[in-house]
Amino acid sequence: MTDLTHLTIAEARARLKAKEFTAAELADAYLAAIDAANPHFNAYVAVTHDKAREMAAASDARLAKGEGGALEGIPLGIKDLFATKGFHTQAASHILDGFKPEYESTVTANLWADGAVMLGKLNMDEFAMGSSNETSYYGPVVNPWRRGANGVGKADNKQLVPGGSSGGSAAAVAAWLCAGATATDTGGSIRQPAAFTGTVGIKPTYGRVSRWGIVAFASSLDQAGPIARDVRDAAILLKSMASVDAKDTTSVDRPVPDYEAALGQSMKGMKIGIPREYRVDGMPDEIEKLWKQGIEWLRAAGAEIVDISLPHTKYALPAYYIVAPAEASSNLARYDGVRYGLRVPGKDIVDMYEKTRAEGFGREVKRRIMIGTYVLSAGYYDAYYVQAQKVRTLIKRDFENAYRDGIDAILTPATPSAAFGIADEDMAADPVKMYLNDIFTVTVNMAGLPGIAVPAGVDANGLPLGLQLIGRPFDEETLFRAAHVIEQAAGRFEPQKWW
Amino acid sequence: MSVDLATVKRVAHLARIAVNGDDAERMTGELNTILGFVEQLGEVDVSGIEPMTSVTPMLMKKREDMVTDGGIADRIVSNAPATAENFFLVPKVVE
Amino acid sequence: MSIIDTRIPEARRFIPGATGDWEVIIGLEVHAQVTSQSKLFSGASTKFGAEPNANVSLVDAAMPGMLPVINEECVKQAIRSGLGLKAQINLKSVFDRKNYFYPDLPQGYQISQYKQPIVGEGKIMISVGPDREGKFEEIEVGIERLHLEQDAGKSMHDQHPTMSYVDLNRSGVALMEIVSKPDMRSADEAKAYVTKLRTILRYLGTCDGNMDEGSLRADVNVSVRKPGGEFGTRCEIKNVNSIRFIGQAIDYEARRQIAILEDGGSIDQETRLFDPGKGETRSMRSKEEAHDYRYFPDPDLLPLEFDQAYVDALAAHLPELPDAKRDRLVGKLGLSVYDASILVSEKAIADYFEQVADGRDGKTAANWVINDLLGLLNKAGKGIEESPVSPAQLGGIIDLIKEGVISGKIAKDLFEIVWSEGGDPKQIVETRGMKQVTDTGAIEKAVDEIIAANPDKVAQALAKPTLAGWFVGQVMKATGGKANPQAVNDLVKAKLGIE
Repeated sequence: MTDLTHLTIAEARARLKAKEFTAAELADAYLAAIDAANPHFNAYVAVTHDKAREMAAASDARLAKGEGGALEGIPLGIKDLFATKGFHTQAASHILDGFKPEYESTVTANLWADGAVMLGKLNMDEFAMGSSNETSYYGPVVNPWRRGANGVGKADNKQLVPGGSSGGSAAAVAAWLCAGATATDTGGSIRQPAAFTGTVGIKPTYGRVSRWGIVAFASSLDQAGPIARDVRDAAILLKSMASVDAKDTTSVDRPVPDYEAALGQSMKGMKIGIPREYRVDGMPDEIEKLWKQGIEWLRAAGAEIVDISLPHTKYALPAYYIVAPAEASSNLARYDGVRYGLRVPGKDIVDMYEKTRAEGFGREVKRRIMIGTYVLSAGYYDAYYVQAQKVRTLIKRDFENAYRDGIDAILTPATPSAAFGIADEDMAADPVKMYLNDIFTVTVNMAGLPGIAVPAGVDANGLPLGLQLIGRPFDEETLFRAAHVIEQAAGRFEPQKWW
Repeated sequence: MSVDLATVKRVAHLARIAVNGDDAERMTGELNTILGFVEQLGEVDVSGIEPMTSVTPMLMKKREDMVTDGGIADRIVSNAPATAENFFLVPKVVE
Repeated sequence: MSIIDTRIPEARRFIPGATGDWEVIIGLEVHAQVTSQSKLFSGASTKFGAEPNANVSLVDAAMPGMLPVINEECVKQAIRSGLGLKAQINLKSVFDRKNYFYPDLPQGYQISQYKQPIVGEGKIMISVGPDREGKFEEIEVGIERLHLEQDAGKSMHDQHPTMSYVDLNRSGVALMEIVSKPDMRSADEAKAYVTKLRTILRYLGTCDGNMDEGSLRADVNVSVRKPGGEFGTRCEIKNVNSIRFIGQAIDYEARRQIAILEDGGSIDQETRLFDPGKGETRSMRSKEEAHDYRYFPDPDLLPLEFDQAYVDALAAHLPELPDAKRDRLVGKLGLSVYDASILVSEKAIADYFEQVADGRDGKTAANWVINDLLGLLNKAGKGIEESPVSPAQLGGIIDLIKEGVISGKIAKDLFEIVWSEGGDPKQIVETRGMKQVTDTGAIEKAVDEIIAANPDKVAQALAKPTLAGWFVGQVMKATGGKANPQAVNDLVKAKLGIE
């Protein structure tokens, strides 16, 4: 029998329906894989064995009756940021110690309603703040990819980061520890880890997926999406995750299309924009080469390639590092030791607050709360926050102009490099170096647009590299269509199993 | 703009994060690195530009005035570090 | 913000000090609870007096990932209130976060409106007096703004030696903060302002004005200056919850500030608390440190927008407000301004009066309502809603007088019977034989008897015709008050032969 954990969602779905195996067997295969491999990766912070088996049994009952939803019996991993009723939901933070919500996030509720099975909660950067999954209270996640994988480049045993913040999601998907995973993206937290692990990740348009029940980082930028093994699986998952939600004021009232139907459609007549501002100084040749390759694939598929300009691109990252921390500083004020999570006793209420938050938050989170508090404080608000929000208007306008000129989607590299080592000294010494990981992805969040990262090649060391497609608002279908073309041309990328 | 140690301590207190001398020292450096990085925003001409207030242009959804929630005091306090009779307990506050 | 002095200093309002006269400057921030079933951003009930944390939703408790959704009724109520204050309604307003830490503020921020409130400038006419000549002074008090915001929860400090108890039932209840201009110059004016504002809101049905339950409370800004001079430094007296206390707090605070200034001291701008037991204000320790609320637009909410047609539709259904009602009662029913003012002071009284006056003489109805009904209610400590005499009953009594069935004197007795025993006035008159005697034969007999028995009085009356009244009185007594006084009067004069 084939290893059930290596099936895509589309394959597993078909074979479950054909009763070639049961949802219980599929769940057990994943649980066994997790139990064996998670110590290597630290991808899961909680494994919900009993819940998984219970849900799988319920799926089998439905499948036996010929019923079942779009994800019936499909085992998924859930980023620790999503509230799962009665289960570990701690945003990988010490400050949420022991928190078990009395509610289920809209996204996970949608997935369970479609028959999906929960395997457990996935590690992440604390409060989704990070690009390497090293800020987690539960320790770093290890990337299943190593240099020299599949015989390309020089092999070493160095542990690499899976990217962040959805590092647990990306690593678990790449290491066959779940069929697909939920993730969230505030500045690149779905796309960068997808690119680092050879998986597909899509950040949908702001407002496409409900934020209700997802621990907030930066409300105007946060958006949930899937990380999956291929483009089709990402389309299947997004269809289930997305919804119109009356509980989220920013949720947009439009029907969710059948994304899978977009796959395989022709690229003929589509205009793909290539923004010159993404050719940044010091960009490695192999990234440049990969980008050119992507252009050729899309051209070959019939797309028209157009050079475009997005003049405010370079200001997106600095503006992000004002807006996101500002919102975060306020969103994280509720972690005060009163209603849930950690409380460190103090001599009075202020002392209790200060000790709780000093001990409960990690360094990166504190750094961002400090920056956010500072830029919002009296006398600095206009110079920093208002200026950043104005620049944001300009960034969005750049994209609007491109789309008005007939561009259907924009192709860029996903990241400026392949995965780097855990405890990279350069990045530890300079927070901005770490922040630069998001240089290609953050513009998309600032403008509220959809963006997909799709693996397109490997670097000289055999590590996966991704390309990013950026779409018009609510036109995720074009992204799936174009990403599928790249996937068809580039093939699939799987790590060489060493565990 | 850059911050000094006193500013860092003031901001930490505003954010209710206890910092010792070393923390504050380290944070001062980090914050100045980040502030130095975002400084470049100042060169953008934003005259006549409105700050973004909503990512997606749409009317805010509203709720009908109906009682649809509440009556779950036990669940509201179920995760709290200290409670009594469904109240949250905190160190005494002096007004 | 520069303050414009709208008032001309007048000596009769000055407070004499050791160094000369002083003038007190008062501005008020009234927090009025919006009348609504559920909270501003959650579906929990606003009912007063629930068990601890029973009226709390996951949103109100600021559980991770919870999002606010605005209650449309609260928006309408704010617009209605703005219209009632003849104020500018802003078609676009913005919700901001006011960030600070406090145990009864679960989010760590209050959702409020800072730079762009829903309602802008308006005005209220207040009436102060009567002075020694019985005159009332009409004063216009400017409204600076009205905005919507969340109420906080409640901390109780006397339950436990070292802990405070926190109840979030009020957390998230909609408040209108109504800010006046610093246009008031005496405690009486401030009291009249709050009274009038409360009346208007109660007429509109936008706030029940129940100060005992905290539905309406005021922060009072007080400063003193030499008449016509520069505005002084102000102190804010927080959360004063009765109109009487507002007056006491202002008087105390003005004297305190004058004493400091006359001693050569200076006033610290600070927040103070009124102690009703001592009749004093004192500095609030917890508010000592300088605030930096770091306001910024709430990224979970979009701007609040509506069109003029929406406002117009609400305006079309606005009830008649006290000033307009008073003018109508004076103009159409011929009431005195004084009487009309009393009747419109509470909507329930006005409603009661209008039912009584419907189809009857307005002045008579006003006399009965003001002198008899309100007098008795006042003595009994009852509100008009608890009146044992219904408008229909009082109207019935007035009708009986008009129809000549009973005399005015009997009517008073009848009113007391209806008050204490209830029943249909007409029937009571029938069953108790209270009908006035209009049978001239019977009256004539009584007149004859009394004339015959009192020859000395007859002589006196002939000499001084005004003494004829004595005979009228005797006849009324003899007939148990049931004789028609006019008929008696006519007969007595005819029999005595006086004109």
